[in-house]
Amino acid sequence: MSAPFIILAAVTLVGACAAMLLRGLVHCALALAVAFAGIGALYLNLGAQFLGLAQLLVYVGAIAVLIVFVVLLTRGGDSDSPPLSPAPRQFTGILVAGAIFAILAWAIFHSFAIHTPGMPAPQATIRQLGAALMESYALPLEVIGLMLTAALIGAVIVAMKEKQGTQ
Amino acid sequence: MQPSDQVFVLLKHWLVGRSPAVMQPGVSILLTIVPILLIFPVLFAVTTVLERKGLGRIQNRYGPNRVGPYGILQPLADGLKSLTKEDIVPSSADRTVHFLAPLVLLAVAFLPYAVLPMGRNMVAVNLDSGVLFFFAIGAISELSVFMAGWSSRNKYSLLGAMRAVAQMISYEVPLLLSSIAVIMAAGSLSTVEIVEKQSGFSGIFPHWYVLTPWGFAGFILFMIAATAETNRSPFDLPEGESEIIAGYYIEYSGFKFALFFLGEYLGMFAISGLGITLFLGGWSAPLPFLTWVPSWIWFFGKLLGLIIGFIWVRGTLPRLRMDQLMNFAWKFMLPMALVVVVSAGAWRFLPQGVTRWLVSMVFIAAAYVLLARGVETRNKIAKRTYRFAE
Amino acid sequence: MTPLSGCLLVASMLFAVGLAGALTRRNAILVLVGIELMLNAANLNFVAFWRYGPHAGPVTGMVFVLFSIGVAAAEAAVGLALILAVYRHTKTTDLRQLIRRRQ
Repeated sequence: MSAPFIILAAVTLVGACAAMLLRGLVHCALALAVAFAGIGALYLNLGAQFLGLAQLLVYVGAIAVLIVFVVLLTRGGDSDSPPLSPAPRQFTGILVAGAIFAILAWAIFHSFAIHTPGMPAPQATIRQLGAALMESYALPLEVIGLMLTAALIGAVIVAMKEKQGTQ
Repeated sequence: MQPSDQVFVLLKHWLVGRSPAVMQPGVSILLTIVPILLIFPVLFAVTTVLERKGLGRIQNRYGPNRVGPYGILQPLADGLKSLTKEDIVPSSADRTVHFLAPLVLLAVAFLPYAVLPMGRNMVAVNLDSGVLFFFAIGAISELSVFMAGWSSRNKYSLLGAMRAVAQMISYEVPLLLSSIAVIMAAGSLSTVEIVEKQSGFSGIFPHWYVLTPWGFAGFILFMIAATAETNRSPFDLPEGESEIIAGYYIEYSGFKFALFFLGEYLGMFAISGLGITLFLGGWSAPLPFLTWVPSWIWFFGKLLGLIIGFIWVRGTLPRLRMDQLMNFAWKFMLPMALVVVVSAGAWRFLPQGVTRWLVSMVFIAAAYVLLARGVETRNKIAKRTYRFAE
Repeated sequence: MTPLSGCLLVASMLFAVGLAGALTRRNAILVLVGIELMLNAANLNFVAFWRYGPHAGPVTGMVFVLFSIGVAAAEAAVGLALILAVYRHTKTTDLRQLIRRRQ
């Protein structure tokens, strides 16, 4: 547990909490971008350079911007309606989340498998990653490509305005 | 290798060597960062004069000529003016976001320089995935533009921000795809390695990627997309002085406005630097008998050349319309960039010789003819009809 | 606390935050945001195990995360498109109102 890791983790968690707690939807989206960037920095901290940069490119550059766009298109940017649910449901939700966190934390602290002494960091160059994607993981890569294309077309069709005679 | 080529590297090593041992890593980092933080703002000042003079000449007027000889001290006057102006924040603005936006933009504008090799052995960080770093950082600047536009609570600034973000996302695709062609050919994501791959000569011709058919097409696509990414004319709809006044930074005044201005120009230099690194051989000399000129002179010379190109384009071309902009990105640039990638692949796997030149050229030419015709036929001349927004 | 359990703990906190948000927020967009956070927590676990766990291969964990990022991008695009389509019909993204309207 190094100091940079702790700082980055704190930034990420604060961003995530802000994304879930703030009132304004645009503020939530911006806090989400902070959380995503924090996770990207955590990847960099863990030595996964390519992943950290891909995380920044995809999540901060694309998904956060997409969310911001949808917030503005649905006029959520200036909504003043109370964002949180009434107390009982909110209470249940937080209880469930807290319970799941407790279980996970219990599992982490009581697992013997992950208390093995630290392994040396794996040396993964970009070349190796590319070779793995193109050789042993070629089929999943194709499937992902197909799925992204399908998602792209699907998203466009779903979001497209329905033709209503007079246009 | 001449000492003049490595003068800055040697100077840095000497300075680091002179400092006490405990401080050496810190001094080393400082001596890497501070020059970048100094050189590029100075270049920004020079560029503003150059741009205003150049535009003036193109438009048949003098340009600034009052401050200093020939007006070259104009940036000083501009800087003083922006420093002493009142910093106005609209009363309905979202103060935090409004304050953070220029800072985020500026931080993001400086970061890409970390991976640009500005001369032999002159790169701040030789990242394994330098090009990806560049684009990942560029992605954050979209968000800062949105922050500026949204937090001002002004119709025009919001419009400008949405235009800017839509434009940047659209043109990022051809920008990335044309860089992928180079990455494929060089077999590396590291900017240093890409430059080294281009630094040889065959005959008198350097191995620059711009001198291959796919590289030439890729370079042109890259520079068009770069113009759009940096919101420069003819893609300056997000600012569009005559339509939406100044776009997303309409509500910024004084020094914050100057920061936006600086950020924009830094973005332009950075992306030009990447274009030089990817296509124009980075710091390598254009002709074999010119290799005695220090490498950093070549880099900055090329950078200045591209900046002059940007200014020229700004003085020459009129602004696009929003639908033209989007059509151009998705119906011409994107397919063209995909063809460039395919053509670069063909180039990579065909044996050296005339065949691969021909195959590569045929790919590009066929795609260009077909796509350009497609763009043309849609523009039938007819009575103009207007469709109003709902 | 070993580095691995630290990573896993951060990831599980992130997951819990995302889950709490997805369960309590009323706006459909924010529910999607919560789901994205949970996905990211899972990705963080992948990277943590890749870094500190016994190695299956030098890049296995990274490849998994890359695919996961791809899936998340597709999921976000389709999800947001659905939210837009629903908004166009009902003029609201409030989940409680949507449910009440269906009844």
